[in-house]
Amino acid sequence: MNERGYLRSYIIGFVLSIIFTLAAYIPVLIHLDSSRKIFSSEILIFLVLFFAVAQLFVQLFFFLHLSQEKKPRWNLIFFLSTVIIILLVVLASLWIMQNLNYNMMPGSNINTYIQDSEAIHK
Amino acid sequence: MHKEVADDKNLFGFWIYLMTDLIMFAVLFATYAVLRNNTFGAITIAKIFNPPFVLTETLILLTSSFTCGIGLLYARLRNKNMTIVFFALTFLLGAVFLAMEFFEFSHLISEGNRPDRSAFLSSFFTLVGTHGLHITAGLFWIGILLIQIIRRDITGANLRKLMLLSLFWHFLDVVWIFIFTIVYLFGGIL
Repeated sequence: MNERGYLRSYIIGFVLSIIFTLAAYIPVLIHLDSSRKIFSSEILIFLVLFFAVAQLFVQLFFFLHLSQEKKPRWNLIFFLSTVIIILLVVLASLWIMQNLNYNMMPGSNINTYIQDSEAIHK
Repeated sequence: MHKEVADDKNLFGFWIYLMTDLIMFAVLFATYAVLRNNTFGAITIAKIFNPPFVLTETLILLTSSFTCGIGLLYARLRNKNMTIVFFALTFLLGAVFLAMEFFEFSHLISEGNRPDRSAFLSSFFTLVGTHGLHITAGLFWIGILLIQIIRRDITGANLRKLMLLSLFWHFLDVVWIFIFTIVYLFGGIL
């Protein structure tokens, strides 16, 4: 890629990053203003996370130029294996800790908690 | 040709470092996610989250990432003055970002919300503070490289260091996007 190409990629990346940042920020701002609830919290979480991942890709391509790499693409391979480790660490931690939370609740709360979360009616 | 191979090896070695650093941040994110509700009666993330302040921080860091890229472009063109201008701009924006983070932290601590107040605050300070520590290291790095460029011009070795520096700086921007999303925006939603 020549210098003009690099300049273009930095500008495109910058503009897209600002757009994605605001696209995630503005719905949250509206959500905080409690009188107007457009999305439920769950949908908003996915929306905001989607824009974060979109911006990750923008920066990987337009700032870090990961797609410009020559074969064999060791950087990309290393990045992808890191992503797998990160997903394992984060998702497994959350899963295990949620399970622990469930199983180690103090005696007085555990019955109502289980009834609530398993939809058991007395 | 030989020089290019050496550059590739340098970049790959630095890339491995960045990826291991990313795993460290992932562990801190996981810790934060697990502990975020354990506030022990102290401040919650919803109270810490100040939308315009955090958006300003984000846009400043994003702009510094952009000026860093443009600076590297000028370095590739061997344009010494513009390289200095853009990396100095990157340094300045990074310094403003760090000052804002410092302000946020000192404000929290002055109100008694110290890292040892609750599990949530411990994980919050560790995650955001580790990123701030990286920014601090990056600022030192930019400062040293600026002195080297001013004194020795843009040599092959300097250009290589600038390439690694901008990788590092873009990487910190990527980590910040996830702090912005998972710590602050999620704090506003949940």
